[in-house]
Amino acid sequence: MSVDPAVRVDESDPMGTVRALLGRVGIYVFAVLAGAFFAVPMLWLVFAPFDPAPALNVQLPEFTLDNFQRVFDNPRAARSLVNSVFLSVTATVLVVIAAAFAGYALSRVRIPGRNLLLYLLMLFSSAISGTATMVPTFLLIFELGLINSYTGVILVLTGGMLPTALFIIKDFMDSVPRSYEESAQVAGASSVQILRDLVVPVVRPGLAVIAVWALVNIWGDFLTPFILLRSPDLYPAAVVIFNFYDEVGRPDLNLVSAFALLYSIPVVLMYLFVNARYGFRFHGGIKR
Amino acid sequence: MTSDDGSRRDPAAPTTGRPEGDTELSRAVPPHQARVAEASVQADVTAEVAVLSKPTAVGFVVPAMGLIGVFMLFPALWALYLGLTNFRLTGSAALNPEFVGLDNFTATFDDPLFGNSVRITLIFVAFSGVVGQMGLGFILAWLFRRWRGWVRRVIEVLVIISWIIPASVVAFLWRAFLNGDEGTLNALIPGDASTEWLLRQPLLAIIVFNVWRGTAFSMLLFDAALNTIPPSHLETAKLSGASTFQTLRDVVLPSVRGHILTTLLLVSMWTFNLFTPFLLTGGGPNFQTEVLAIYVYRIAFGQGEFGFGAAVSAIMLLINLVIALVYFRVLRERRAA
Repeated sequence: MSVDPAVRVDESDPMGTVRALLGRVGIYVFAVLAGAFFAVPMLWLVFAPFDPAPALNVQLPEFTLDNFQRVFDNPRAARSLVNSVFLSVTATVLVVIAAAFAGYALSRVRIPGRNLLLYLLMLFSSAISGTATMVPTFLLIFELGLINSYTGVILVLTGGMLPTALFIIKDFMDSVPRSYEESAQVAGASSVQILRDLVVPVVRPGLAVIAVWALVNIWGDFLTPFILLRSPDLYPAAVVIFNFYDEVGRPDLNLVSAFALLYSIPVVLMYLFVNARYGFRFHGGIKR
Repeated sequence: MTSDDGSRRDPAAPTTGRPEGDTELSRAVPPHQARVAEASVQADVTAEVAVLSKPTAVGFVVPAMGLIGVFMLFPALWALYLGLTNFRLTGSAALNPEFVGLDNFTATFDDPLFGNSVRITLIFVAFSGVVGQMGLGFILAWLFRRWRGWVRRVIEVLVIISWIIPASVVAFLWRAFLNGDEGTLNALIPGDASTEWLLRQPLLAIIVFNVWRGTAFSMLLFDAALNTIPPSHLETAKLSGASTFQTLRDVVLPSVRGHILTTLLLVSMWTFNLFTPFLLTGGGPNFQTEVLAIYVYRIAFGQGEFGFGAAVSAIMLLINLVIALVYFRVLRERRAA
């Protein structure tokens, strides 16, 4: 491994050599400490799920898979994972479809005031956070009679994710040349056909980006289902994990630890996949 | 509301990333926030041939705009209105909410817990977001600048994983880590430590927790920013014998000042809106970690005072709006530069 050349040892200058050496040691020490800072709290998630009697400490377990068996035997735990899959997949599909249509139209058509509209949309969607609007969002869903239903949760999540998804996908579509679309149009294809058969295949990476982004965000979202759902049977994993207690009212750590691992694995796998396949990079942001 | 803490743009988005040293990187800002300048440039090119008829285009846009309008923009505007009423979910004020003008807004000044919450939020933003996440993120990005190999990769993966695993899981990890009797932190401290960190140092605990949680975002942004500095400038600095500090001050800082400013604004805004500490402490003990998002939650959902809660929400939204306005302005200037 090569280290920053700035601290490469310079033989002609003994004092400089010492300093450079110290600098290099310092960098390694810092890097190791920083790595430990991020690694140590994670260890619990690695060890506790396999421990027959997990506590809050980190210890090498006597290996067991019983805790996972308990997750699958616990109807609420198992169901919440299914709930999470349903919520995040449904909302993600909605986000991708709505964003694809709108992104395409905004990329191709010049409506008067379009740029102002885009600017305002970007401004407000940046400023409006889910936490700052939790009160009116709850009241809106309450007035619509959608409290304790997935419809309410999905609509709120979709509305919240859409602006970002829209800007990302519009960016991808802007870079697609429209000459094919023009020929297809001359040949009599409808707009929906053009979008589906010509544009979507080209911007597939962009659609993958917003899908993964929406999926990971919704999968981890706590606040929306927390305030909009009432029945524990409907809770997704993010909420239900706080409801596992043992007989004396302490968190049931056998269940919690194995459940936490199962719940985390999909996003970690998705990250590793995206990282290996595309490189984990920012999209749609600053262009220089 | 999307991400783990209900903040719509929680950084936990894997669309972002670490450029592997190529040139096309630094598209470093959370997605949509940065397009304005381009939008105006591209519009004119789009005009030539209509691939889409206008009615069709409107039809394509309506579903998305409808969802955004109803479930994102409308609640925000409604918060402003509700803040002017004495709306409650139960009781007489539920049926006929009365218009109370600015009473809720002035009442915030009478509630000492509101002042307390503002103070805690400011400390939280300053130390966990600005000093912690940005500081550590910058140092890591600087160290990793020309560092290849597995040590760097391992640390990077750790930083990013701590950013993307669900917040609910992270809350349990940190409860376990900070636990008094058996927690890993106390085990690492020499001697017989048994500090209940979440009770003794709750604010410090959520600050460190949030540094752990969110440093990835700053690291990735700064990494992209540092890649915009022409290597020749750093070479020149090195040849002229500049120390690391001098290089940072005279070469690096001037080049990435714009990036630092935009990162500062984004990180501040997100940290300001964070609800995640709730999962770790619930705002306690004794309101010591009650950041504004948790304060709103307690007032509205705990005490049923939705009008008052909406007023505080409206204040938060206005602050967000100011930060966002400054952000886009800075971004445009940075582009122009």
